[in-house]
Amino acid sequence: MNKRLFALLSLLVVASMALAACGAPAATEAPAEAPAATEAPAMTEAPASSGGESMGTIKIATQSPLSGGQSLLGVAIKNGAELALEQLGGDLRGMGYDVQLAPYDDQATPDVGVANAKNIVADPDILCGVGHLNSGVMIPSSEEYHTANLAFVSPANTNPVVTTRGYAEVNRVVGRDDVQAPAAESFAFNTLGAKSVYIIHDKTAYGQGVAEFFRGAAEADGLTVVAFEGTEETANFDAIVTPLVAAQPDVVFFAGIYNQAGVFFKQARDAGFEGTFMGTDGMDASDLADIAGDALTTGGGMYYTTVAGPASAYPAAAQFASDFEAKFGAPPEPFAAQAYDSMHVCLLAIQAAAEAAGGMPTRQQVAEAVRQVTLDGLTGSIAFDDIGDLPTAQYFILKVNAATKDDWGKNEIVDILEVASPGMGE
Amino acid sequence: MKQIAENPVYKFFLFPIGQIIVFSLGASLVLSLITVLLAYIFKFNVTDFDLVERTLLILPQVVINGLTIGFVYSTIALGYTMVYGVLEFINFSHSEIFMVGGIVGIQLMAYFEHIGVLSTMNEYLVIGLAIILAMAISGGLAVTVERVAYKPLRGAPRLVPLISAIGMSFFLQDFVRLILSLTTGEFNVILPKFGTFDEFWVIAIPAMANPLRIQIKSAIMVGVTIFMLVLLNFLVNGTKVGKAIRAVAQDRSSASLMGINVNQIISITFLIGGALGGAAGVLFALKATKLDPFSGFFPGLKAFTAAVLGGIGNLTGALLGGLVLGLLEAFSASYLGIFTNGAFGAEYKDIFAFAILIAVLIFRPSGLLGETVGQKA
Repeated sequence: MNKRLFALLSLLVVASMALAACGAPAATEAPAEAPAATEAPAMTEAPASSGGESMGTIKIATQSPLSGGQSLLGVAIKNGAELALEQLGGDLRGMGYDVQLAPYDDQATPDVGVANAKNIVADPDILCGVGHLNSGVMIPSSEEYHTANLAFVSPANTNPVVTTRGYAEVNRVVGRDDVQAPAAESFAFNTLGAKSVYIIHDKTAYGQGVAEFFRGAAEADGLTVVAFEGTEETANFDAIVTPLVAAQPDVVFFAGIYNQAGVFFKQARDAGFEGTFMGTDGMDASDLADIAGDALTTGGGMYYTTVAGPASAYPAAAQFASDFEAKFGAPPEPFAAQAYDSMHVCLLAIQAAAEAAGGMPTRQQVAEAVRQVTLDGLTGSIAFDDIGDLPTAQYFILKVNAATKDDWGKNEIVDILEVASPGMGE
Repeated sequence: MKQIAENPVYKFFLFPIGQIIVFSLGASLVLSLITVLLAYIFKFNVTDFDLVERTLLILPQVVINGLTIGFVYSTIALGYTMVYGVLEFINFSHSEIFMVGGIVGIQLMAYFEHIGVLSTMNEYLVIGLAIILAMAISGGLAVTVERVAYKPLRGAPRLVPLISAIGMSFFLQDFVRLILSLTTGEFNVILPKFGTFDEFWVIAIPAMANPLRIQIKSAIMVGVTIFMLVLLNFLVNGTKVGKAIRAVAQDRSSASLMGINVNQIISITFLIGGALGGAAGVLFALKATKLDPFSGFFPGLKAFTAAVLGGIGNLTGALLGGLVLGLLEAFSASYLGIFTNGAFGAEYKDIFAFAILIAVLIFRPSGLLGETVGQKA
């Protein structure tokens, strides 16, 4: 019996791994309206009449992880966009449009993101979108948006490839990893005076991308890279930590997301690592302090770079923070203000396109209008260059002063950099 | 000699402990020797530092890491192998039984913290209570799963309950996710901070620059699993229930003709396997400090592999398989990067460990110690 059964079993193991990767199916509401029409319906029965008359429905999608380990940031994106739609959607409503939010849960998984993207482009009412959290999800999903001419504004994606494909529909209101990671490296090398660094990433498009940029900058500066590792491990890092502690690097740079990094930091500190931890914007969540505890404040401490500064970095966002807390019962996590601004961009673009078209605009018109938007947002002035990047983006370096979740707001800004977008180039 | 072998103290206490020590030391020694040999071979490849010296520097620590996770794999693997022994299918939902045990354990500690007694209680009492509660709930859950998902399929071809098991695994993952989001609203379940078991015993080794550091919780993990393995050995080989389990495993219909209540024995098997999984879950949670509803999948898969490596259906094999797999993983994760000068890092540890597994199965298709109950199929 052995051979057959084992062949089947091994197949099943592979199959179950594949199934697990897919996870639960896209559990979001799949809009089931006529999927064939990708162009917006022409609802132009004498549009110039009074404002009270309904001009039709406009939906703005959000895609971010609403469930799973990264939902803290993903829900912040959805809530930020929801608040913006509520506070700033008045102009479009005054023009007679019924403006609605269509939130989708990408579960931080590329497959789910693409499946949702297909549903989004199939809904003719959706004219603009805000998302995603993860570059690894944004990149494949935006292929769908590009094919359907649907404008998307990203509040959080920092991988350069998001915009360097040159798609007219893809924009972001944050900086890029090819600036962020070298900024982190320069901080480690020049300010902390590190001589050696251990680089570890989470094997995603975001993490590996950041890690490669960091390594490139380190090699250029002559900072010794003692190891360059990737891991999907989430629970037991002993085997990785042992050679790390033996190599005694000055800095450990983790390119990934807080829920994995927190466990790693704790176990590395427990095992006797006394140096400094560093990371990028994936670390910027209060849960990190809950998971890692005082591993972040003992030894050499912990620093991270981010494209989304804390609330104190944005004077214009004070009102937003109190409105957000009043509506959702918790202070905004990172990327909520960026999502608010992204939604603002969408609303202004739809409004401009609708005025120019004299009725319901097409997706193409909205996408073109997005690139023309200029506004003073919560997070600074926003405008887009010819590939959808901010001409100049802000990058923050923060020192962690929190060993518990409640203290996360005590993290202090060590440095703020304003760097021009590198554009299409490397 | 025969008298000694029949002496219950020897049979149920000294022998299994001796076996565990021989297995751990043997597997560690073999892998260490191979690694040191490889270090000499690859020495020319690394110019920055002395490879042999670096290898020896971390070797004791790597062995400890490997054994710690290896014992956890062994404990989970026993759940797979026991069910395979009596029912001859792989109970894939066992990884979720394990995860539920861990989450239940953490939630109990979180409850103690909530009512404010956690810091005043004896930490070992807390861990003990968490393990007992997790064993009870995981064991009960395993029995329920058997009743609901496997018993109605008792006469069906063997692949049918297998599919049912995979379905049950996904069901439990999302069910736990649902319960967590309804009750705590959190996806990550984080171990509260208490006690002193995060600390290390630092043992200086003569002629070694780095002292050996053993975390107290690693020692707890190893100690508790060894205790349970000995207990299980006694249960299976020294009691009437154990005899009935072995009889059902050998031939279900004959066992029923001999007056054994087969359904009851199958339930007991699931109860024992599930309870072991639940206890392993709490121990794993101590180490991982954070679990989520999908945390069971990979340890479960590894433990299943360990059961196959040792010889599925064979209890001793599951123990050996778990230890070997844990050590293989620790060695490949720690040394791949050093030996290949960074060309292959720890990210390839699973490829390496599983390649060795395939090689073992080519030469010993029924596992290291052989399958004990496959003959009748």
